[in-house]
This record gives sequence, C-alpha cells and structure tokens, in this order.
Amino acid sequence: MAGNGDGVTLLGYWASPYALRVIWALKLKEVHYEYREEHLPDKSPMLLQYNPVHKKIPVLVHKGKPLAESLVIIEYIDEVWKHNPLLPQDPYHRAKARFWAKFADEKCVPAMFRAFSKVGEEQVQAAKELRENLKTLESALEGKQYFGGETIGFLDIAVGWIGCWARMNEEVAGVNMIDAEMIPLLSVWFQKFLELPIIKECLPPQDKLLAHTKEFHKMLMMAALT
Amino acid sequence: MDRSGAWPSAFCYRVLWALNLKSLKYEYLEEDLANKTDLLLQYNPVYKKVPVLVHGGKPISESLVILEYIEETWPQNPLLPQDPYDRAMARFWAKFGDDKDSEEPSFMAIFIIVGEEQEKAAKEAKEQLKILEEQALGEKKFFCGNRIGLTDIALGWIAGWLDVIEEAAGLNLLEAESFLRLHAWIQRFKEVPGIKEQLPDRHEMLIYYKQKREMFIAS
Repeated sequence: MAGNGDGVTLLGYWASPYALRVIWALKLKEVHYEYREEHLPDKSPMLLQYNPVHKKIPVLVHKGKPLAESLVIIEYIDEVWKHNPLLPQDPYHRAKARFWAKFADEKCVPAMFRAFSKVGEEQVQAAKELRENLKTLESALEGKQYFGGETIGFLDIAVGWIGCWARMNEEVAGVNMIDAEMIPLLSVWFQKFLELPIIKECLPPQDKLLAHTKEFHKMLMMAALT
Repeated sequence: MDRSGAWPSAFCYRVLWALNLKSLKYEYLEEDLANKTDLLLQYNPVYKKVPVLVHGGKPISESLVILEYIEETWPQNPLLPQDPYDRAMARFWAKFGDDKDSEEPSFMAIFIIVGEEQEKAAKEAKEQLKILEEQALGEKKFFCGNRIGLTDIALGWIAGWLDVIEEAAGLNLLEAESFLRLHAWIQRFKEVPGIKEQLPDRHEMLIYYKQKREMFIAS
C-alpha cells in the first residue's frame, strides 16, 4: 500500500487545480508516476496517513516518503529531476517567481472564490478585487511570451490554471473575472498556455468540470440562504 | 544591501536573523508603518509592506521568499539541508506557521480577540502548537536538525513573540508542562549567536502589544 517502491505516486482529485499543477510539473519533467484518485469528500486511509497535518491533496509520495503543499512539491520535483528546469537559475529571478506564485495564491485565488461564492455587493467587490489583482499579476509578464520567458516555467504552471477556472466560474456565477480589455497581455498568455498540448491534455474534461462547478455553486447559494 | 523593517515585526526579524547567521553586512532602514516612505512604496508596490531586502538595487519582498534568496545567494552557513526531501519538509513547516485558514484568525491576531471567539482561537492555536512540537520538531534539537535553519527562523516568533502576546491577551497557550520540547527549543533558539543579540526588548514589546490590544478592543 505504501506507494510503488522507488517510484512516484500522486494522490489527487480530478477537479483540483492544485493537483493539476503538480501533474504539469511531473509531465514537463517526464517523470513516470502512479496516479491515485481521491474520491472527495471521502478521504482514503492512505491520504490521512500521508498528510495527517492538512489531510488534503495533492500528496506526492516518492520512495515511500510523502510531501504535501503543491508549490513545495513542485520545488521538490524541480530539485530532484534537474532537466527542463522549472525555476530560473538566477536567485533574483527565482525570488520573483516565488513572490508572484504566492501573490496569485494569496490574492487572486481567494478573490476568485469570493466572487464565485458570494452574492450582491460582496460579490461585486470581490470580482473587482480579482480583476485588479490579475492586472497586477500581468505586470510580472514584463512583455515576455510566458512568465518563464520563451518557454513555460514554474510561475506559468503555478498560475495558469486560473485562466481555465476563472472562465468557468464567471460563466456559472454570472460575474466578470477575466476582463480582456483590462488584462490584454495576461488574456493572451492564458490562452497560449492552456492551448499547449502538454498542458491541455492534462486539463479535466471541460464539460464534467462545468457540471461540477454548477453543482458546487448551487450548494454554495443554498448554504448562503440558510 | 539594505533592509526596510518595522519594529517589532516578527517577519522582519526572520530576515535579520538570516543575515546575521550568514555574517552579512547590511544597512537597516526602519519604516514607520503609519507613514510609509516613498522608498518602500517604490520597492514593494504590490504589498507596500516590510520586510524588503534590497540587494544590488533590486528589491525582494515576502519574508520567506527573502530567506530563500539569501540562502541561494550566500551559501555559507546553509539554512536548508542538502537532501531535497528534507528541504521540502523544511519549507512545508516554515509555511505552516504562516498559512492562514480564511475562517480562523492567524496566531498573531489572537491577542486582539476577546470572549468566546478567543477561547475557540486559543484551542486552535494550542492544537497547531502541538502539531509543531510533535511532528515538526519531534526529538530534534532544532526544526532543521542539529543546527538552526530556515524553519527555525520562520518559527522564531514562537520564541520571541508568543509569550508576550499571551501575556498581553491574558492567555496561556504554550504551557511549560504540556510543551516540554518546544520550551527546550525556545531556550536553544535564543542562545544561538546571531539570534541572541537580535531579539526585541520584551518589556517594550509587552507595552506595544498591550496598547494594540486595547485599541482593537475599544474599536
């Protein structure tokens, strides 16, 4: 039961963007891994054993040793499998990549969630905040094709999922999240990134994700009324 | 290289400790957070917060990001272990203290809550401390092993700030009898050269946090 010996096992969930970005890292590094789907909200004994602290996916198990927290996992993958580096070489650029990944996780994602799950004025404010934060994130592109430069890197895979989820969320929640006029460069980047074969083939089936998003939104709206 | 800091920010101290442990020279610029300088706004336009490290004219913000930068730029007296798995665990635990569950108040905010909410937050805080003691520290001398490292620095607020906040808020979270190992670590941490000379004055901190608490309760 303890992973596949010397190999790599990923505990994930099909609709989780955090598991997805670890999958992208593994794919870019051409690492063979075994994937185990968690049937959330039920958590397997394996998950509870391997991530007793947060009890969340994704969890990467390598040589029997588990790791949690997707960005920590991605840095680990980058350090163990050195080809196709994800983070840049230069410490200052590495710092910038880490800074912006943190910014996206702490500023963009919660705003997106609030814009999705709230109603009325709260929703309006959250959507505005999200659009502004995405504008700030856009500045990190600095006129490059990708955050990683000519090819994708750590920051692209850390934040690229937002393009997919935000489009779905805005459709379901009825509020504008990706304003192409406000973030022309980021919009182009989202599109290019999500069209890359290695990225696109890992995305969850879009119709299934849309149904799942609608279901989740319904639940949140009902909970908000009670 | 210079640093913008604001006393008594635990996040600023993280950077000071790392610089000291690596025997690095730096210039320290104190910011008045009520009156931010143009320099700070220029160097950290996104968050407008301290700490900010400026090296070769290039600014870096977010304390954990700064720590990694320091570690990568000046490899002497390494703050992270060599082994990738151990490094990942060090990062995991360094983040643990910081991650805020959006529903619950973060540790440092505990001193501004009162009543029933405070009881709930205190219980949560104790659980978090238990996890840190049993799973992060275990039987080791420091969180990073035999020597002080990035995780110890990240969790240094437990050594210098927690007891002050407890006193200001009238709480006793880190009971000595229940947290023998954490208490032992606190003593060890405070004795490390580079940390020892760079701890905020307890008396002044207590005044500061008591005032802050009164302000919040009054509002």
